[in-house]
Amino acid sequence: MKKHLRIALQVLALVLILTGVWAGVAAAQGSTPTDDEVNAIAKQLYCPVCENTPLDVCPTEACRQWRELIRQQLADGWSEDQIKQYFVDNYGARVLGEPPRTGLNWVVYLLPPALILAGAFVLFRAMRSWIKPTSVEAGPAESKTIPLVQDDYVSKFEEELRKRK
Amino acid sequence: MIADFGYGILVVSLVVALYSVAAAAMGVINKSSPLIESARRAMLLTWPLISISALALIYLLVNNHYEISFVYEVTSSSMPTYLKITAWWGGQAGSLVFWSWLMSAFASLVTLRKWDRDREFLPYVIIVASITLAFFLTMSVVFENPFARLYQTPEGIAAHTFAPANSVVFTPEDGRGLNPLLRHPGMIIHPPMLYLGFVSFVIPFAFAMAALITGRSDDRWIRITRRWTLWAWLFLSFGLVLGGRWAYDVLGWGGYWGWDPVEIAAFMPWLTGTAFLHSVMIQEKRGQFKQWNMILVILTYALVIFGTFLTRSGVLSSVHAFANSPIGPFFMGFVALTLIVSLALLIWRWPELNSETEMKSMLSREALFLLNNLLFMSVLVICFVGVIYPLVSELATGAKVTVGPPWYEFSTSPLFAMLMFLMAIAPLSSWGLSSQEKLSNLNKPVLGGILALPVLVFAIFWKQLTFMIGSWPGVVIALAVILAVAALMYIFRKLIWLAAVLAAVSTVYLYFTYTQNIIALIGFFLIVLVLAVTIREFWRAVRARQNSQQENFALAFARLIGRNRRRYGGYIIHVSMMLMAVGILGIEMFQKETQGQVAAGEALTISGYTVKFEDIASWNNPPEQVNYTRAVVGIYKGDQYLGQLYPRKDMYFSDRQMLNPTQPMSIPGNFSSFKDDLYVLLVDWEPASASGATFKIYVNPLVNWLWIGSLLFFIGVVIAAWPDKEAEYATARVRNKAYQPSSAD
Repeated sequence: MKKHLRIALQVLALVLILTGVWAGVAAAQGSTPTDDEVNAIAKQLYCPVCENTPLDVCPTEACRQWRELIRQQLADGWSEDQIKQYFVDNYGARVLGEPPRTGLNWVVYLLPPALILAGAFVLFRAMRSWIKPTSVEAGPAESKTIPLVQDDYVSKFEEELRKRK
Repeated sequence: MIADFGYGILVVSLVVALYSVAAAAMGVINKSSPLIESARRAMLLTWPLISISALALIYLLVNNHYEISFVYEVTSSSMPTYLKITAWWGGQAGSLVFWSWLMSAFASLVTLRKWDRDREFLPYVIIVASITLAFFLTMSVVFENPFARLYQTPEGIAAHTFAPANSVVFTPEDGRGLNPLLRHPGMIIHPPMLYLGFVSFVIPFAFAMAALITGRSDDRWIRITRRWTLWAWLFLSFGLVLGGRWAYDVLGWGGYWGWDPVEIAAFMPWLTGTAFLHSVMIQEKRGQFKQWNMILVILTYALVIFGTFLTRSGVLSSVHAFANSPIGPFFMGFVALTLIVSLALLIWRWPELNSETEMKSMLSREALFLLNNLLFMSVLVICFVGVIYPLVSELATGAKVTVGPPWYEFSTSPLFAMLMFLMAIAPLSSWGLSSQEKLSNLNKPVLGGILALPVLVFAIFWKQLTFMIGSWPGVVIALAVILAVAALMYIFRKLIWLAAVLAAVSTVYLYFTYTQNIIALIGFFLIVLVLAVTIREFWRAVRARQNSQQENFALAFARLIGRNRRRYGGYIIHVSMMLMAVGILGIEMFQKETQGQVAAGEALTISGYTVKFEDIASWNNPPEQVNYTRAVVGIYKGDQYLGQLYPRKDMYFSDRQMLNPTQPMSIPGNFSSFKDDLYVLLVDWEPASASGATFKIYVNPLVNWLWIGSLLFFIGVVIAAWPDKEAEYATARVRNKAYQPSSAD
């Protein structure tokens, strides 16, 4: 196990170094970025014209051209953030997979947790109010009998009931 | 002629539906049973009427009557007859008629049942069902007439129900043809399934309203509609699964669920419906949650209408499209009206719907069911905000935003994790033990220690975890889930320890052999936990039966399920959900992809697979007006040859595609196994030389378990929903006794 892990780690390190070297060389030479490099960024962007379609899988001609644009920008040495910013500047925030955390968009990040916590609070309060009366009013009769019921007894009782049904 | 006839019948159906509402209402006011009987017969008449109208529409579709706008939109002469028939629900106008047709079928079925014991419900059920039907029929008759003709006027060609002045009927040479994406078997069955689910949820709602109006605060309405609800849920669930399968097979993006608003529109009623299915059990058993069940059934109905509205009004593409479409405001008005009226009824009856029994403990079975409901409602809140917010943003600031999968996955995954955990402990609470477990009995230092451990581990590995999960709120949420699970596991330790040990061992094994991703490991831990608990429940019950009844294992197993269908059907559904979770976890966490251009004879490699490009050919199929480009790739796992795959691009050159010629269909070649799917797409090729082609390849681990799980799910629901003769006689029930057996049936 350990040996395998070590070999795997060594291979991984080698691959990482090689990729690094290769990427450096590639950047230096300005050679064409691979489809995978383009898709890694396109995946995070949404087609500016279609509804809810990630740019990496969008089949339209327009999206093909946008992917080529990303390729060109990568070849020119742009960073991932620069490319994303370029698309936001030109086509609006809708190209991002989730709304940027600014202004009104905070609604999307704050409203659901607030509502869920409010729901949990209401539920908790309600449950407490439901439980209280039991212990005061109906409590003695119930709370004494139930815990005494043994598991085996309950299952036999259930079995008996089922037979009679 | 046929079109006028069809339209006329549609108008008559609307009149009959409205008559049925009026007669039932008058019957109640005047206490006249002949009037109510007349309303019932009118209700029964709607289905044959709409069927005739639908037959007229199908006749027009099959016989290429392109002067009818709808026929022109969805068919073309090159389409085979079966597709022309299913084109009925392939477009807006037709699918609304389809909705009405199913609605009237269900309403008729329900009015045919024996009403002896529940006469007082009848008029109100008729009123609610008929109003819903009349609403959809009005839409067809007034706004979206499927029989409208194309007329040529000086201003141009447009569809009209009645001939405008100075116009002649315009008959195009050929139709535009059904969107090729919709020609897949999955897409042919998917809408009817969803609609069946939608429509059948109207029935429990109608009975709930009847119960509110008549003031029957018992659970009769729930008992009557129990199986309706289960079947509705089955249809809706299957509609969702089929939609996913369709996306996987046809859309060519390597996934099955994209958190698209259209998908969420159908998912939202599923969430409330699922919550409802769980909480009605408590009302039946213990007479609790009556008000809450009403709220759930009202919400489900409103979401059914709202979902249809979202997908049908064009509001999703733009709020402005909504404003321009006449059906948008009409729909919204109806949803608002339903909500106001039904909630007003509920408030009126609120005090009468108080619980019959008290809750015993925060850890009782009822409490766990409430927690389940809270979690489903939380997912609903997230879905609702996610679908609505882009519209709000567009209205408020004019800026369009996308609320996409990253947001949904981040927000819902902790909730799904908690739901999974509840599945693990809920079956245990049915053995009546949880009421013994009092919070005050807890050994606080031990609990503190158990909770401190994950906090410590998270504090030490904070940086690594933040990197792995992607953001600090994600790490906090993961920690919160772990803490909640750990605390509950401690509380239920006596019951769950065996399963917990098994799950922990499996998780450690997976850590060393499969993944170090903490989110995936939490997921696998919960899956094993639920499976272990549920299978142990089966095991325990079967053994008990074997001992007491002297039956062999298979017989004991079969009889166990047969005698207690709802409980064990429910457990089978839980197991199926876990299998689906394996698939979802696999594809979400471990999907790999690569893309590259290769010449013939060259290969791409990914995750141990080698995909070798062998050949490509392109040809036309004139009868179906389509151009196929099919690549042949050989696939290998290591050195082992596995076979060939044929990823394809289909380019339709009918009228519709001329309008949109750049959207070909990518049909993947898929090699499927229990371990993973190798999913190959043909992205691009060089037409002249046929020497090079670009492929996109996904490896989707474990995704097959999603489909296997859905088959088991189907079996589970059928078992739970199977008509039960005994149940009809066994509805009498002892209430308010000191102890109630916790049988789930």
